[in-house]
Amino acid sequence: MATQTTQPAAVADTGAVVERIRVSVPERGLRHDLRAVSIVWRRELIRFRTDRLRAITSLVQPFLFLFILGTGLSNLAGGSLPHSANFDFKTFIYPGVLAMSVLFTAIFSAASIVWDREFGFLREILVAPVSRASIVIGKCLGGATIATFQGIIFLALAWFAHVPYNPVLILGLIGMLLLLSFTLTAFGVMMAARIKQFQAFMALTQMLVMPLFFLSGALYPLSGLPAWLTVLTRLDPLTYVVGPMRHLVFSHLTVSPYIASQLSSRLAPSITWGGWVVPLWFSLGIVALMGLAMMAVAIVEFSKTE
Amino acid sequence: MVAQAGTQPSARQLNGSTPDEPVISVSGLVKRYGDLEAVRGIDFEVARGETFGFLGPNGAGKTTTIKILCTLADATAGTARVAGHDAATNRDAVRRNIGLVFQDTTLDTYLTAEQNLRFHAELYGVPKAAVMPRMRQVMDMVGLWDRKDSLVSTYSGGMQRRLEIARGLLHAPHVLFLDEPTVGLDPQTRSSIWTYINDLKGREDITIFLTTHYMDEAENCDRIAIIDHGKIVAIDTPEALKASIGKDRVQIHTANDQAAIAELGAKFGLEAAVHEGAVTFSVAAGEQFVPRLFSEFSIPIRSVSVSRPSLDDVFMSYTGTTIRDAEGGNAGAEFMRNIHRMRSGGRR
Repeated sequence: MATQTTQPAAVADTGAVVERIRVSVPERGLRHDLRAVSIVWRRELIRFRTDRLRAITSLVQPFLFLFILGTGLSNLAGGSLPHSANFDFKTFIYPGVLAMSVLFTAIFSAASIVWDREFGFLREILVAPVSRASIVIGKCLGGATIATFQGIIFLALAWFAHVPYNPVLILGLIGMLLLLSFTLTAFGVMMAARIKQFQAFMALTQMLVMPLFFLSGALYPLSGLPAWLTVLTRLDPLTYVVGPMRHLVFSHLTVSPYIASQLSSRLAPSITWGGWVVPLWFSLGIVALMGLAMMAVAIVEFSKTE
Repeated sequence: MVAQAGTQPSARQLNGSTPDEPVISVSGLVKRYGDLEAVRGIDFEVARGETFGFLGPNGAGKTTTIKILCTLADATAGTARVAGHDAATNRDAVRRNIGLVFQDTTLDTYLTAEQNLRFHAELYGVPKAAVMPRMRQVMDMVGLWDRKDSLVSTYSGGMQRRLEIARGLLHAPHVLFLDEPTVGLDPQTRSSIWTYINDLKGREDITIFLTTHYMDEAENCDRIAIIDHGKIVAIDTPEALKASIGKDRVQIHTANDQAAIAELGAKFGLEAAVHEGAVTFSVAAGEQFVPRLFSEFSIPIRSVSVSRPSLDDVFMSYTGTTIRDAEGGNAGAEFMRNIHRMRSGGRR
């Protein structure tokens, strides 16, 4: 009530705070932008940590694919697969299902932008004196981090698919999951910049997620397909990560050299464009470029004002 | 009024500018959304340290104007300068110097109060050493320091609004924008929010720009602008605006109301009518009129009351509607508004 006092009561009590804290907000600079990237990223992590349900539910689907579909189809596919105690259909689909484990989390992490817009928090972010780029970058990195974290949980189940816990293999897979998660989040953020309704965003992403998964070659080898399907699979960004991941997994299996050669020639054929064999590094580069391009579009979109 | 003195394009810091330069200056501001002209050429200035109220029915252009001042929207024409910077060309400089409390909450309710404020501090680049003490200071100011570790979702509406005010002040802005700061709150909470807002003036060197629907709250402002259909129809201090209506309202209880009405007409040329059981009429300088009435009136008067025009009357007089009628913004209210317009004729 005391309107004239300049000394807040609590300050007088403790003396811990000086009477008038002079705050001056600095001109924008790289350091400031990095702080903004970091806090947007950290918020994603805090939100993820407090939302355990989301972490669990988004693992249900890959879990079903690996253990139910994987086990069931093993019978059917058994005859055409090389015989080995350390390989079955689950091993074949494991890289694809691993990609799936980050797919949902990455794309849906962008849904928080739509959510924030509906609930006003986005405004708090958009009136801040930081570059739109730092907000978008923080968001993409945040989504990539939590999605990769999901992937790592799923990575722990590798043993059930006869995939060994080889450090080189694990690190390689984590790296690729991070790349994939980043690109998928950037895709989600780009869409979230345009789509203003939460329901619409969810419906659209739900609609896109399954085709992305099915066209990636997660469940079947990408050779000997009809031309139209071949073209579609080559347009799916997921293809360019699932291929290299499967290649990496197959090269670390404990199987005889004969079976290993069978596997890589029949079940993990290289991705080709026309007759050209796309190198592994190139295919990962495509994914990175796609992610950066979509992030750039998102930055432009968020820089627009009414 | 809108003589734009010194239009050097260089970015001037508020601190470096002269103290009498307006903190907000708007000239010829127009905003069109397609065919709809939300703001139709407005001019005003807000002096440093002022509490400036922006009043108007829904859809009058209040929120659009605030959005332009806060760099959230581009003006179609005209200029807006805030804290010495152009809101269109020097957004970041404006953003650094303003704090905002929106109509709808913009807190992340899944984070704690402290996490919300920390987020803000990092986004605004508040120097690291100052974050903690300043956070404590602003939270103490609104009495929420004890609750800093609670999730915002556990806060009541009033507490959330107080937290938003604290957050808006965290980076020590020169101008605080309050868009309907008390909308949707109960009367007790509303008055406590106003205690905090009025308190602020003693503690911070700050200019406050607010919009409100509540006429009684507008009394807290140093100056008021009334905006209607995208145009400013009146701008002055609350007292001057009330005085501009001119007349006071006098109500008398008499032994014979009909005779009193007749006599008021015959002797003083006043038009009176019975309202709420009392003979009611409007007259300039009511207090001076009452002694005359007592000495010259033949009918015994049992009681008398004189009331000054309220801001409600002011609003009514300038927009042809009460703000509550206008608030609905639906077809019915719009219809009533037009009826009022027709009735009040050429009053505007």
